[in-house]
Amino acid sequence: MADNKTKPKSFQEWMEVNIWGLLIVTALVLSVGGLVEIVPLFYMKNTMEYHTYPEIVWDKAGAEPIVVVDEAGKEQWNWAAGEGMRPYTALELAGRDIYQREGCYLCHSQMIRPFRDERERYGHYSLASESMFDHPFQWGSKRTGPDLARVGGKYSDEWQRQHLRAPRSLVPESVMPGYPWLDENYLSGKKMQRHMRGMRTVGVPYSDADIEAAPALVDGKTEMDALVTYLQVLGTMVALDESKTYRE
Amino acid sequence: MEASLERKYNFDVVRWFTVMAVVYLVVGASVGVYIAAELAWPALNLDSPYLSFGRLRPLHTNAVIFAFGGCTLMATAFYTVQRTCGARLWSDKMAWFTFWGWNLVIVLAVITLPLGLTQSKEYAELEWPVDILIAVVWLSFTINFVMTIANRKSSHIYVSNWFFLGMMIMIVYLHVVNSLAIPVGLFKSYSIFSGVQDAMIQWWWGHNAVGFYLTAGFLGIMYYFVPKQAGRPIYSYRLSVIHFWALMFGYVWLGAHHLQYTALPDWTGSLGAAVSIAMIIPSWGGAVNGMMTLSGAWDRLRTDYVLRFLIIALAFYAMSTFEGPVMSLKTVNALSHYTDWTIGHVHSGALGWVAGISIGAIYHLMTRLYHTEMFSVRLINFHFWTATIGTVIYIVAMWVSGIMQGLMWRAYDEYGTLAYTFVESVDAMHPYYAMRAVGGAIFLLGAIVMLFNILMTVRKSLSEGSLSKARALPAAA
Repeated sequence: MADNKTKPKSFQEWMEVNIWGLLIVTALVLSVGGLVEIVPLFYMKNTMEYHTYPEIVWDKAGAEPIVVVDEAGKEQWNWAAGEGMRPYTALELAGRDIYQREGCYLCHSQMIRPFRDERERYGHYSLASESMFDHPFQWGSKRTGPDLARVGGKYSDEWQRQHLRAPRSLVPESVMPGYPWLDENYLSGKKMQRHMRGMRTVGVPYSDADIEAAPALVDGKTEMDALVTYLQVLGTMVALDESKTYRE
Repeated sequence: MEASLERKYNFDVVRWFTVMAVVYLVVGASVGVYIAAELAWPALNLDSPYLSFGRLRPLHTNAVIFAFGGCTLMATAFYTVQRTCGARLWSDKMAWFTFWGWNLVIVLAVITLPLGLTQSKEYAELEWPVDILIAVVWLSFTINFVMTIANRKSSHIYVSNWFFLGMMIMIVYLHVVNSLAIPVGLFKSYSIFSGVQDAMIQWWWGHNAVGFYLTAGFLGIMYYFVPKQAGRPIYSYRLSVIHFWALMFGYVWLGAHHLQYTALPDWTGSLGAAVSIAMIIPSWGGAVNGMMTLSGAWDRLRTDYVLRFLIIALAFYAMSTFEGPVMSLKTVNALSHYTDWTIGHVHSGALGWVAGISIGAIYHLMTRLYHTEMFSVRLINFHFWTATIGTVIYIVAMWVSGIMQGLMWRAYDEYGTLAYTFVESVDAMHPYYAMRAVGGAIFLLGAIVMLFNILMTVRKSLSEGSLSKARALPAAA
């Protein structure tokens, strides 16, 4: 141990001769900024717009299944586009898993800023509530390609498929990689049920019926089907009202 | 005098970390050059899942930050703490555990990332089993470091060790909180946080991985290796105290500036930007402190190539710690966010500052760890120029492309409609993406020359037997 023959002259010097003191004070100083910026976001009501505008969230989320497949193999939807934020269906979640796996978020944002040009290019600015079921968030930090927050319905399914297979066959200037392997890989309903149960653990309101419906929705579908379905739902859940100011 | 220290201290683990750092520099930079080329010439993705940009980009960032940066930090922290405390590492076994554990993490990253196993949080892509391993290895590194200080022979704890310590604690906070997730498979998990809270936590992690891992840690390196290489004491003790505490308190707040104009509440972003601006003062204080250490010995820059690396790194540090706060301002951020300007900014810090100070420290370490002169001093000089020129080409390309992107996206024509489609902006980037790949390749060339020089120096030391001679000397008191 150090031979402290002289008494420390200041608090600073005391820390310089006392490793445990330095450790504790540094640990305390380091914790301040994070606590101040992060903790309030969990309880301040004005963080999430749905406290003021409850219609942003689908009122039946968790109570009724989003979609089930009947005995004839037909999809029965309880939710329609614009009825508000809801968890992703099994097929959409599978698509989102692929979006994560392929690192799409590294070149595409899902966060429209409140500027005139972004409004004209991509649509209404994004709300915090629109990513409330995104574990983790997919806002991105770079636009090597365009924003995708409201890409749903902008192009046909067939366009999206061809574009994912061979982007330059549709957009010659594009620098996006092709994803031909998505057509070759098939989804597993069992796996998606596991993923949905995981999502439920972190707070996403899936009903038992939602999870039960997973195999009927995804078995036999390809990764391409899933990714396109996910892209097509982006930005279509909430019908935003132009006359309302959702964010100051 | 150096030689008698071989028995007193554990330099073996430092040697291994040092050599591996250079190996990973070459690996990480190679992947970087490849993905840079993919953006310029997308055919290079080869329609292969394992080579596609989205999977290789995390491999590049993990390789340079955690493999190269991590090995450099571990080598220099273990070296500095022993030298400045006058004490051997607290536990040799634990130090070797840290070495093999960290390298295992890197091997797992090289396997899992191209397979697409990712949490999809930037710089925290590795899945939960690897995250647990990282936490264990990091704690072993931290505990060994702290216990070595507790066993020190010197009375005061040297400033480098404060910075290393601050980094270690903060990385524990960041890594643990940001990686909290529910596993749904062996290599798949979902973050327990969602949307806006997850975004804030991610960028609290993201910016402090830069602020602590890549800044505080490397300032620890600066405070030991610059005075050592210059052979003079640090310019101002008082400035180091201010630099340290301001950095520890302030840097933590900056993450919010990555989320200006997003759905994150305004107050958070504004707070982040305000503290960012204030951080110019301690950052420049630190840069001045390092540079002024040379006061009265500036002529040594003419002959001492290692010192050149250290000082140019400080110049890049000063530049990027000015650029960063400017980019955090809302009006600038509105233009720069989502563009290549951010990428350029990161690389002026990563190539100019982090790699520069690391390379300088590694060359300094090589002669002392292997008890011989470098294989070739001329190659160090060659490396200096390739690293500097490569970095400058890279940054300039990204400045131009970033600002151009920002301006094209918001440009209107005389009829009040958007002047450019998005893809026109992509097309306009091509020459700058090619230029960036060339800048990166020049930097990589320097790194390869460095690896050659380092390996030849190890060979030289072995054939001269200088290491075994040093080991045979009686231990220093």
